[in-house]
Amino acid sequence: MSNKDAYWNKTKNHMIVTLVLWAFFSLVIFMFGSELNTMSFLGYPLAYYMTAQGSLLAFVIILFWTANKQEKIDEEHGFSEREDD
Amino acid sequence: MFKGDFIQNLPKIYGTYTGGFIVFIILMALAEQAGVSAKNIGVMFVAFTVLIYALIGYLSRTIQVDAYYVAGRQVPTVFNGMATAADWMSGASFVALAGGVYFGGYTYMAFLVGWTGGYVLVATLMAPYLRKFGCYTVPDFIGTRYGGNAVRAAAVFVLFIASFTYVTAQINATGTIASRALGIPFEAGVWVGLISILICSMLGGMRAVTWTQVAQYIVLIIAYLIPVFWISSNVGGGIFPHLMLGDEVARLGELEQQFGLVKNSAADMKAAGVPGGLKYISGTHSGVPEGGMAVWKYLSLAICMMVGTASLPHILMRYFTTPTVRAARKSVAWSLFFIFLLYSSAPMLATLSKLALMDPNLPTGIIGKSISEVQSIEWVQRWSEVKQVFIADFNGDGILQLNEWFMRGDVVVLATPEVAGLPFVISGLVFAGGMAAAMSTADGLVLAISNALSHDIYYKIINPKAETAKRLLVARVLLVIIGAAGAYIASFRLTSILGSVAWAFDFAMSGLFFPLVLGVWWKRATREGAIAGIVAGIVSGTVYLTWVFPKFSVPLWGGVNTPFLGIDHLRFGLIGAPICLVVMVVVSLMTKEPSPATQKLVDDTRIPTGKAILGKQH
Repeated sequence: MSNKDAYWNKTKNHMIVTLVLWAFFSLVIFMFGSELNTMSFLGYPLAYYMTAQGSLLAFVIILFWTANKQEKIDEEHGFSEREDD
Repeated sequence: MFKGDFIQNLPKIYGTYTGGFIVFIILMALAEQAGVSAKNIGVMFVAFTVLIYALIGYLSRTIQVDAYYVAGRQVPTVFNGMATAADWMSGASFVALAGGVYFGGYTYMAFLVGWTGGYVLVATLMAPYLRKFGCYTVPDFIGTRYGGNAVRAAAVFVLFIASFTYVTAQINATGTIASRALGIPFEAGVWVGLISILICSMLGGMRAVTWTQVAQYIVLIIAYLIPVFWISSNVGGGIFPHLMLGDEVARLGELEQQFGLVKNSAADMKAAGVPGGLKYISGTHSGVPEGGMAVWKYLSLAICMMVGTASLPHILMRYFTTPTVRAARKSVAWSLFFIFLLYSSAPMLATLSKLALMDPNLPTGIIGKSISEVQSIEWVQRWSEVKQVFIADFNGDGILQLNEWFMRGDVVVLATPEVAGLPFVISGLVFAGGMAAAMSTADGLVLAISNALSHDIYYKIINPKAETAKRLLVARVLLVIIGAAGAYIASFRLTSILGSVAWAFDFAMSGLFFPLVLGVWWKRATREGAIAGIVAGIVSGTVYLTWVFPKFSVPLWGGVNTPFLGIDHLRFGLIGAPICLVVMVVVSLMTKEPSPATQKLVDDTRIPTGKAILGKQH
């Protein structure tokens, strides 16, 4: 397998992992909204907290994490850009 | 003066600007103390900020093609994040979001998840690859990847429909805010708004829009957060509402029990003469509605908004302006961080504002008081005059019940500072923020449309030999025409702000999402497949919209139709996008696989290093 193919396979897997996390915080947890709302977090009902703030924050964290991870994959395969590129 | 060292000096420049704006707020507060009228303070806030944006727009003028289309691809990560956040957060986000949460509670907050979660799709599936490609516009990518004028034109068509639906709503919002702040009629406000928008974008294209959007973000976030924190500490919500409103949310649940959530009949509301567009609280604030359909309604709305976000050209094109591919990725993360600051505050503002009106223990509470007493409150009088709030005593007991208090959603943001007893300078600041939000989104949209028309239709299809000067002239003329057309339509006030904003997402997802994603992720996708997919997606989505939306279905289909699987007019992308995908895959597999040259092009798009597919000037 060429370096390019190996790079693309890793990138693809990374994409899938990211989208699984995304689907968890955007869709899966809201399938169980009424169950979650019986629990509480910071004093808020949990489902309310997630839709008002929690999932949003999770997306921000996912995005920084995924960008850093992808940069590592770039480096490993020698596709890292120079800063002044 | 705007080259090289300008980029290095950005933090200093915008730091000074932010400091200057805060000094201006303090001066206005002093002016209020000295007796300047509330109205004049509002006028000064809007006029001062719009003049600053115009100045930035003028200083960013350019005669370079790549500066005009992609800001010279030198916008640093964090600044592009701020510009995207301003581009993204529209007048609707600023003015109507908290109101939506106020009335809709948990169910409405599917919009919050949808409008943020979409950025994960942008970052993983689109932005870095489109940046590597080096396109000027979104149809530029589709036209080059699939090859040919037909597919390029089809992409421009979808872009036009989606962005134009959106831009009329934004110009409408700009007009509403301008008319309220300056005290002029709505129709005049629309044209004032349009002129402000054009001044920011016409001379410098993307470069000017980028630097004004950064300035607008700073104004809008200050204008949103200061009132939220201040109101919170005024009504006893604690200094950091985001983490401290648990008790308040619980208290709202108790008050809902105490007052009872009653649904008014349409006949009662009509008899009482409730003005159109005004709403009352009939659902719970934090409760989750029971049942599979309620869950599906929530999820389907979130899906449409997320996929729509990842297909909206005015957002995607912001990531064409970063210096590198990895800067584009990081920039998406920063964008969402800046958006998060406002979006996570909207539910807190809604909670505080609801509590301020509902809790009889607070001096601001009005529910449960006598109607004559409520009608004598100054802010109630002021907003009643302009038909933004309304009281209907259905049971005739002279006491204001929860279901007897009507209000327009916008009032939550625009009036809560007054209700909670903040000085008027804060209301002036909120006007300036709303204006910044509506203008920045309108700028981005008008530019997205006119760039697609001038670059993809005029230069790539009609006249590929055009000189730079002529291309930029055409681009600017189109910008004015599109803006004027948007303002003209907005002046008729065709639909409420949010209805049409959601439509833009559905149009974009129906026609653009899969052609963009498969263009990068599936080498086998062919030109014929893309054309068939775009056409099938946008046509089926639009036909379904006319079928399901009563205002269209009555004249066209002879009656009101029950939405299929609960897919109503806000969610019609759920019809268009899957059809687009299926048609695109089937037709691609039936046609000859793309040429080796095209496959090589896709390979090159997938790696961050090496030359862009399209050159620096094209």
